[in-house]
Parts: sequence; structure tokens; C-alpha cells
Amino acid sequence: MSHLDELESQSIYLLREAYHNFEKPGMLWSMGKDSNVLIWLAKKAFCGHVPFPIVHVDTTYEFPEMLEFRTWAREHYGLDLIVWINEEARARGIGYETTDPVTVTHELKSVALQQVLGAHKFDALITGIRRDEDSTRAKERYFSPRNAEFEWDYKDQPPEFWNHFTTDVGPGEHVRVQPLLDWTEIDIWRYLERENVPLPGMYFSRNGRRYRSLGCWPITKDIASNATTINDIVEELKVTRTSERAGRAQDHHERNAMQKLRAKGFM
Amino acid sequence: MSSLSAKPTPSGATDASARPPAAVANDIRTSAPAASGTHSAPVAADHLYLVVVGHVDHGKSTLIGRLLFDTNSVAEGKTERIQAACKAEGMEFEYAFLMDALLEEQAQNITMDTTRVPFCTPRRAFTIIDAPGHKEFLKNMITGAASADAAILIVDAHEGLREQTRRHGYLLSLLGLKQVVVAVNKMDLVNYDEKVFDRIRAELTEFLGKLNVRPAHFVPIAAKFGHGLLRADGQTPWYRGPALLEALEQFRSTPPIEGAPLRFTVQDIYRFDARRIVAGLVETGHIAVGDPIEFHPGGKRSKVKSIETWPVPGTPAPGPVVAGRSVAITLEDELFVERGQIGAAPNATPSEAREFTARVFWLHAEPLRVGDTLPLRLGTQQADARLVAVSRVLDAVTLDTSSAPANEVKRHEVAELRLRVRRPIAFDAGGKIPALGRFVLMRGRRIAGGGVIDAALIEEDAQSENLPVTTAARASLLGHRGAVIWLTGLSGAGKSTLSTALEQRLFRAGVLPVVLDGDVLRAGLCQGLGFSPEDRKENIRRAAESALLLAEAGAVVITALISPFREDRQLVASRCKARNIPFAEIFVNAPLSECERRDPKQLYQRARAGQIPKFTGIDSPYEAPLAPTLELRTDLESVSQSLDKLTALALTMARPPEPGVAAGADI
Repeated sequence: MSHLDELESQSIYLLREAYHNFEKPGMLWSMGKDSNVLIWLAKKAFCGHVPFPIVHVDTTYEFPEMLEFRTWAREHYGLDLIVWINEEARARGIGYETTDPVTVTHELKSVALQQVLGAHKFDALITGIRRDEDSTRAKERYFSPRNAEFEWDYKDQPPEFWNHFTTDVGPGEHVRVQPLLDWTEIDIWRYLERENVPLPGMYFSRNGRRYRSLGCWPITKDIASNATTINDIVEELKVTRTSERAGRAQDHHERNAMQKLRAKGFM
Repeated sequence: MSSLSAKPTPSGATDASARPPAAVANDIRTSAPAASGTHSAPVAADHLYLVVVGHVDHGKSTLIGRLLFDTNSVAEGKTERIQAACKAEGMEFEYAFLMDALLEEQAQNITMDTTRVPFCTPRRAFTIIDAPGHKEFLKNMITGAASADAAILIVDAHEGLREQTRRHGYLLSLLGLKQVVVAVNKMDLVNYDEKVFDRIRAELTEFLGKLNVRPAHFVPIAAKFGHGLLRADGQTPWYRGPALLEALEQFRSTPPIEGAPLRFTVQDIYRFDARRIVAGLVETGHIAVGDPIEFHPGGKRSKVKSIETWPVPGTPAPGPVVAGRSVAITLEDELFVERGQIGAAPNATPSEAREFTARVFWLHAEPLRVGDTLPLRLGTQQADARLVAVSRVLDAVTLDTSSAPANEVKRHEVAELRLRVRRPIAFDAGGKIPALGRFVLMRGRRIAGGGVIDAALIEEDAQSENLPVTTAARASLLGHRGAVIWLTGLSGAGKSTLSTALEQRLFRAGVLPVVLDGDVLRAGLCQGLGFSPEDRKENIRRAAESALLLAEAGAVVITALISPFREDRQLVASRCKARNIPFAEIFVNAPLSECERRDPKQLYQRARAGQIPKFTGIDSPYEAPLAPTLELRTDLESVSQSLDKLTALALTMARPPEPGVAAGADI
């Protein structure tokens, strides 16, 4: 069995545990490469079905091409899609034009997530985060509890071993289920290639530039690249020493910005 | 090839999906999707999960940081940023900071939680699991080490073996990690002295040998300077073995167990359409269409009708699904299969039992106590398990065992014990199939401990219809045996208080208790009996016979009677002995003056006034026990002190006899 087979089987196991153990799971989807792998794995885990709602937290700063992909993929996969916008914050004028990126990320992503979770009473959120993305994510559990205030108690995480996880939640609490934790960026690309998973076109080079990681358009930078195929991308990643999220401004706004964002509920 | 139009979707492919917009990239790859397992690049094929353990401050994070640095696995700019931060704070540059992500960790200079970091050498891919050494963080170490293929045990050459060196060594053995390399670090502090290295090697070899852990190599290193990590660099010319990374490259990612029979853990049953799809994980063996399969517990048998796949049904067609794969199958027969069951090869099925012996490590702040009932999870099975007995608690540092059976297992202790589950579960004991021989115990919402099943305790054929209901059978049902705890003492000494409190304690510990109170008996069963010596004797006889009946039915009987005469109490003791019921005489002792002062029912007052004739202690004698099992001075010690002694004694008496050992009535 190859390493990709191992990762795939482990992720499917985790998805099935989440579906069994929680009353109302939901899966987050950003239309990015990782969350498309997540949907693909759900289809495999549940024999062609996605038996829970898919949530897209729409910051209103989405690339138009990504929204086009969203419309297409929703129909293609037959998704029960919930699109959520923090209208209240937008009405207050929160936006990249006026506010620093950490605050905007918190308001339009974390707070929006809190709103959609409350509105739909989700007790589990399945996310596509990976340990190799960021050093705080490296410390995550597959099933990671969040309290009613959305906080991550990284100082006292529950034990997790032998395929046994935290599956009980108290009132208002939820568990982040993270089936892709063990995948690396290269694993994701190799799997997308092997399985022929549909992807947004923005990941591939046009006029010598492409996006390595996709977020809000005002704070996401493309990179110089001639990679037009997944093979090209994998070759590029083998030699790069730049981190994947280097083009995501909110991570680098201040020292330990990511830790602060994540402790308050960011993915 | 357009993959989209070829893929069936459950909702039905629409026109939109047949002609994706430009935003959807799906045709840029030229090759068709490869059959699974044939397309992975060499780097990904043999991926090694590596845990680093050892005593706090022996250099785990520094070693990992240095390995990342020396293999060019650190993101651009990160080293420079940390160098600048260290300089600003007037600190020496620490390689450990490359690992420690959280603010607190950098501030306190310790790693707080398990971290996983991938790195590559030209020969293979690794994921390092950094498990912290602080004692209170043992849960993180277990969380990390439980999923590792191999371990680096790091020892400070200057400090030598310390508590956690040994404790972690023990846990590696309990977790079944066989591939271990020992890194003897900080060799610079001992001038790269061969004698120091040899001494540590000898000491650790002996310790680990007792645990059946045999390190592949002992490697002298100085992680801070990178000595001994990548290749021999002349600092230790006397050392002939591989450098640390070379040693690691020789390890294999844990292969599936060769030749093991099928074990298919059922996670769920899906009914998306008319069919029942059984979803789960192939732990060992393999599964193919047409294979016979038997589900345990229960033993219902069928054959595999289909293996469900997506996006293309019926693929991969040829060849069985191998160990480690998540799979979904349908069966030829309409069986009631449910989550928790294990699908097995009919000629090699797992054990089914309700009671077993196990080795357990405990992580929860609240101890695991005899009588505790906790949810046990094994595979996807869950059942309430009760701790029947602790055979011994093992000191993971010295490997000394306490010879006396204990009543609890404290945090960070390791113990051999007996557990009993409410209903039979299926498992493979003795390490034959590790995944199905290990379990966790839950306390609240948390995993509180983990364990490995050593042996099933096979009950005498409990299913047989002709089986007489013996005392042993009752003990097996209840999980404890009956006993008589006879409290004797003056009126007001504290018998009723202690008996009621003991009843509550035992009940909470999962034991069935009954109190026989003198006043209650006199109002019913012994109605009409007076206080003459003959009537008192008859009163005790009836109480004793009632206690015997209840104890034989399995209850732990607590009597609260003055029972003033030695001869009467001796008669009760001999009746119990003859019927093989454990008996203890408890002298609840307070001086007459104290009892009279307490006088909770104003009986002494009335006796002194001549209203109650023949009152024990006033005008009728009390014969104190000559050799009580336990004497409780209720005038000198608190209720809870007395109660602790009494509870410990009662639990020991109620502990079921070891299987095959004749029950002894004497305590």
C-alpha cells in the first residue's frame, strides 16, 4: 500500500467516525485544493454521497473565479451548500479597505464561522487543515474540541491515540475534525493528480504567475511560476524553501498572529 | 481524457458538469488516473513516523531543530527570524525554537504539546513526532508515540539515565515500539569520552532488556553542534557505528502483520438506498468478493457480495483489499451487523469474553479505583468496564512491583489488572493482532488511560442450561463475592453511622451492599424478642442467618448490632466459615462515658432512669472482642478515617477469588 493509500484510508476512517459520532456535522469548504480533496474523500467514504451540509464562509472578498468554481462544483457534486457572510460586520464597515488584515480575518472568517455554527447547531466542523501548513497547526489533534467561546485550549489538549478520539461535546461546544492533518502539500498535489480531482484554474501558471494558496483577493499574493501541470507544481515544491502560506498577509501581520487567530477560533 | 464527463455522480451528472467553466481546471493533466498503489513517487512510498522521547532538557527539541536545519527542511527566513529574536532578547540561538511554535513554549523554553514535522533525506521521508518530556505532559507523549514506527530515545551524556528516560522506555515497550535508536547527547560536555558513552550504553541496555526493547544502535551525538547526526565527523573516532540519520534510514515503516487473519472493524452501516453497506477498516488480512466472513461478537456468518467504490463502481476490480484500507462492502445475506463488530475469517476468529487481564497506563488526575465503571473502547466497540482487581502496580522507573494487590492506579502509573465488561466483546489478546488487543478507558469526555489485553478469562460455560447457580457464578455476575462485615460495640459507639456510610461507599464502588440494623430487625424479623440473655442470643442467631442468606446471594452484608456476647459472635464467625463466606469482626470502640455523652437516642438517659432494664453497659455486660479483624476508636479518629479503613477492608474481602484458586474464607 502506498503512502497516499494510507493517507486516504486514514482520512476516510476519520470522516466516518465524525459522521457516526456527531449529531450535526458540517464540512467547511473554501474551494481551495485541500477542501476539494476533503469533498473527494467524503464522496469515497460515503459511497458517492456527502451526507452532511457543506459550509462556505464567504468573506465577500472571494476571487470571482473561485465563485464560478463554487457554482459549478455545487451542482457537479450535488452539495447541500450553506454560504454564510458576516453581514453585521460588513454593515459596520469592516473590510480590507479600512481595517488591518488580522481583524478582518477574525471578523469575516472566525466570527462568521461562529455565527453559522450557532445558526445551524453544528456539533462538529470538518476542516481541511494540515500540520505542515503552520507550526501551531502542527500541534493539532484529529478531533480537536472548542469551547462555547470558540477557544482552542492548546495547553491542555485531550489525549488521542489508537484511533480513539474526543467525540463528546458539552452544550455550545463543538469538535473540529481534521482528516487531512497528516497530509503534506506535496501529498495533496500527488493525490489531486492521481484521482483527477477538479480544481480551480488559479493554481496553475498563467503568464508566468500562479497562486500557491488561495484566500481573500486583497491579501493573497501570487508567485512567479511556470507550473502548468501538477507535475510541474510538485517539482517546484520539492526545491522551494518558502512556506506555503507566505502569500497570506494575515499570518504575518505581527509576531505569532496565527497563534492568536487560532486560539480565538480561526481554522 | 475528460475525467468529469466520465464520472458518474450520485445526483446525476448535469450539463454543467459536462462542460466546466474555465475556472475549473481538470484537463491539464495528461495521464489517466492511475490504479491505486502504483503511482506514488519513491519518497512517499516508505514514510517513517518517528517519535523522539527522553527526559526533560536532555535535548529533544534541539536535536529535532538541528535535524531540520541540517537537512534543509526549515522554511526560508525562519532561522533568520529566530536568530534576530534571540539577539533582541540577549539569548543564545536555540535550534529548539525551530520546533517550538507557541509563545509559551518559547518563553518557558519547553515544548508543550506533540508536534509533527515532516522532513526528507535523499533516501526517505520522515515525520518527526516531538513528544515533550515534562512529567505532566505524558498524555502528549503517548499521543505521539502511539502512532510512531520508530523511536529515538535521547539521553544526556552528562546527566545519564533519569526518571523519564526509564519511564518513556517502559512506555515504548507497552506501546509495542520495537525499532529504537538511543542518542547519547551532549557528548561535548563529557569531552566525547568513550567511557561515559559505554557506561550509559551498558546501563540502558540492561534496563531496556528487561522490557524486551533492544535498541538497534547507540549513537554518540552533540545535537547543538550537529556532531554525529548526518555522518561521522571525527569527534568520536572510537565509535564505529552509523550516524544518527544513517541509523534512522535503516528502519522500516511498520509493515502489516504477515499472515494475520482478516480483522475488519465495522464503523457504520449505511442505507443510502435499499442496500445495507457495511463500512469499516481492514486492520489485518484481506477482503475480497466471495470471501466468507464471520462477525463477532455473535458469530453470524455471510459472504462478501460486493466492494463499493467511488467514483467508478467495481474498481479496483482484481485483487483483494489489503490491511490498512478503509472499505465498504455488502453481504450476501441480510444479517444484522452493527458498529463495533469485527468481521473475521471463519477459521480464525477473535476471542469473545467479558473478563480479561490487562496492562494499563493511567493518564487521568483522578485515580482508577477498584469498582470504578468506565466506558471501554476497543476498535469501534464500546462497553462499560468495571475494574475488578488490581493485581499489582508497577513502578515504571525502577520496574519494582508492589507485591500487595492495590485498590487504585494513580496518574502516570502502570498496572496489571482485571477488567470486566457488561457484555462480551471481541478481541485478540497477547499481542497477536495489536490493533485488536488494545483499548482505552474514558473518564468523562476524555481518554483517561490505555491498555493492552494479556489474556481472556474464560468463564465456565455460563451459557449451559444445566449449570447450577453457584456462589462462584453469582460472584462472576456481580463481579465481587458476598461477605459479612459484623460491626459490634456499645450503643452510641457509631455502628449505624459507619454502616450507612460504608454502604454508600461500596455502592459507589460498584459493590452490592446491604445493612442489617439491630433496631430494624427488632421491629420486624425479631419482633417479640426481649433483652434476656436467651432472647439476645436468638436475636443474634436470626440476624446471622439473614446475613448468611444475603451474603450467599452475593451481597456484602454490614451488620450494626450491639451483639455484646463473645460466644454469640463466635458462633456467627464459625457459621460463615462453614459456608465459605468471608467474615470480619469490627470492634466499633468508644468508651462508655463517650457513648453516654453522645446518647443519640436518649437511651442511656432512660436506662439510668431505670426505664430500660438490662441495658448493655449499664446493667448488662459488654464483652469486647479479644482479636477483632479491625478496631475503630471512634472517640479518637474521625468518621472518614474509620471509614477509609473499613472501605479498604470491605473491598479486599469482596474481591473475587482468582480463577482456579479455591476461595478462602479467612481474612
